[in-house]
Amino acid sequence: MSDIQQVENEIVEDFELFEEWEEKYQYIIELGQKLPPLAEEFKTDDRKIKGCQSSVWLHASESDGKIIFNADSDSTFVKGEIALLIQVMSGRTPEEIINAELGFIDRIGLRQHMAQTRANGLASMIKQMKLYAIGFQHKTA
Amino acid sequence: MSTTANPTKAFDVVNIRRDFPVLNEQPYGKRLVYFDNAATSQKPTAVIQALVDYYTRYNANVHRGVHYLSQRASDAFDSVRGKVKDFIHAADEREIIFVRGTTEGINLVASTYGRKNVKAGDEVLVSAMEHHSNIVPWQMLCEEKGATLKIIPMNDKGELILDNLEQLLNERTKIVSIVHTGNSLGTINPVKEIIKRAHAKGIPVMVDGAQAVAHGSVDVQYLDCDFFAFSAHKMLGPTGIGALYGKLHLLEEMPPYQGGGEMISHVSFDHTTYNEVPYKFEAGTPNIADVIALGAAIDYWNTLDREAATKYEQELLHYCTEKLSVVNGVRIIGNADNKASVVSFVLEGINAMDAGMYLDTKGIAVRTGQHCTEPVMTRFCIPGTIRASFMFYNTKEEIDFFVEQVEKAISFLNP
Repeated sequence: MSDIQQVENEIVEDFELFEEWEEKYQYIIELGQKLPPLAEEFKTDDRKIKGCQSSVWLHASESDGKIIFNADSDSTFVKGEIALLIQVMSGRTPEEIINAELGFIDRIGLRQHMAQTRANGLASMIKQMKLYAIGFQHKTA
Repeated sequence: MSTTANPTKAFDVVNIRRDFPVLNEQPYGKRLVYFDNAATSQKPTAVIQALVDYYTRYNANVHRGVHYLSQRASDAFDSVRGKVKDFIHAADEREIIFVRGTTEGINLVASTYGRKNVKAGDEVLVSAMEHHSNIVPWQMLCEEKGATLKIIPMNDKGELILDNLEQLLNERTKIVSIVHTGNSLGTINPVKEIIKRAHAKGIPVMVDGAQAVAHGSVDVQYLDCDFFAFSAHKMLGPTGIGALYGKLHLLEEMPPYQGGGEMISHVSFDHTTYNEVPYKFEAGTPNIADVIALGAAIDYWNTLDREAATKYEQELLHYCTEKLSVVNGVRIIGNADNKASVVSFVLEGINAMDAGMYLDTKGIAVRTGQHCTEPVMTRFCIPGTIRASFMFYNTKEEIDFFVEQVEKAISFLNP
């Protein structure tokens, strides 16, 4: 599996095909529509990151020293963002996740289209992923 | 839609639009359709020019300098108090206090009148459709004092239920604070009736006028409200400035809000005496530029036929409501008989933010979410709405394009 930076670069290359915000939006919605839903049993309050305009449920599990993320949202656009983050972050070691800089979010020009509330939602999602990674790291230490 | 009976009275929206330069902007190369007026209105050139003029020609602090610029700035600044007085038909200039906006106006009353008069066991009455800014300051006061916040409920149409108002207005009620026109659903409340019934029991009433001032004339003496607050930015003026109206005898009895310069008469380390109303409530250098630009906004309103503007907005409201109601998957939230030009709706099975972002890609600006009225969303069991809010510079053509794009958003997001 390629490293985080490589996956980020691939995403950036994909987005370079789009000139317009409209095309980026449509692509992210399509990614969101394709993201498999999270099983209802995992949609619990302790997995919920509540935002002003949308909520995210983030479930993490461990397999072979790697962390697998599954997530869902009531917003298809946020699901699209989740799909991108999962592509980058899921199946990684805790160290990789903790050290991920995630520069692709700025490079694909996504942050500029996010109002404060949504940008914060994405930020809390990333923070939660890293917290899970720290948790797993401590458990196995 | 019915057209205006008398063609000479028709509202000249084409000409009006020329006064608002931002309407020519092209987001993502598309024509801007600005339907987020309940969040903030656009500004006419006259308001923008007033800001530029002040800073380029007579920027100086007010009420202190002995020099030419200060005198000019003071004159311009002072003249606005009278303009605001006339704008909301207050009786006396001293009843107008400059504040940052509606939120600060409400906080000022809660922290001064409220702190002085609300005691443990007392009640403060608000309604189910308040903006958070007319809930939280009272909640904070109630927590501090051991008082209780009571709520006038709302029906399924988004109208207040006044059947139990007599019980809600009781000997424990120390103040009522109520929104004139709700921001999330557009409901216009019968504030005059509520004020009359509260006054019959000796209870003062504060009115949140943030939306009301931009969609019809306000007459605080006719309403007989005790306090009234509004923000300039929702009525064509700049951000960061607004006004609080209070009946003179109440303002005189109230303790000051913040301490500092301007609000004092004499200061020594032993004792300070406070300035007269309204200066008692205006500590520090005021927001001079924005007060002057608020004056320019009021001047602009005075050039308009306000009755025709409101009537035209009502036409836009009915036009949009009719068109949206027949779109499959649209459910309008808030169907009050008396409504301002706000259409709040949900798309079945579609997140409001996703739809709002779709509309944004087409150059349409709407607001999505809870609109700072989370209890309203809870009341209707919805996470949020898409809100289109119109100002007199919007057009039916824009609504046509908007409804068309809402239909496209539905098929795109709900394949």
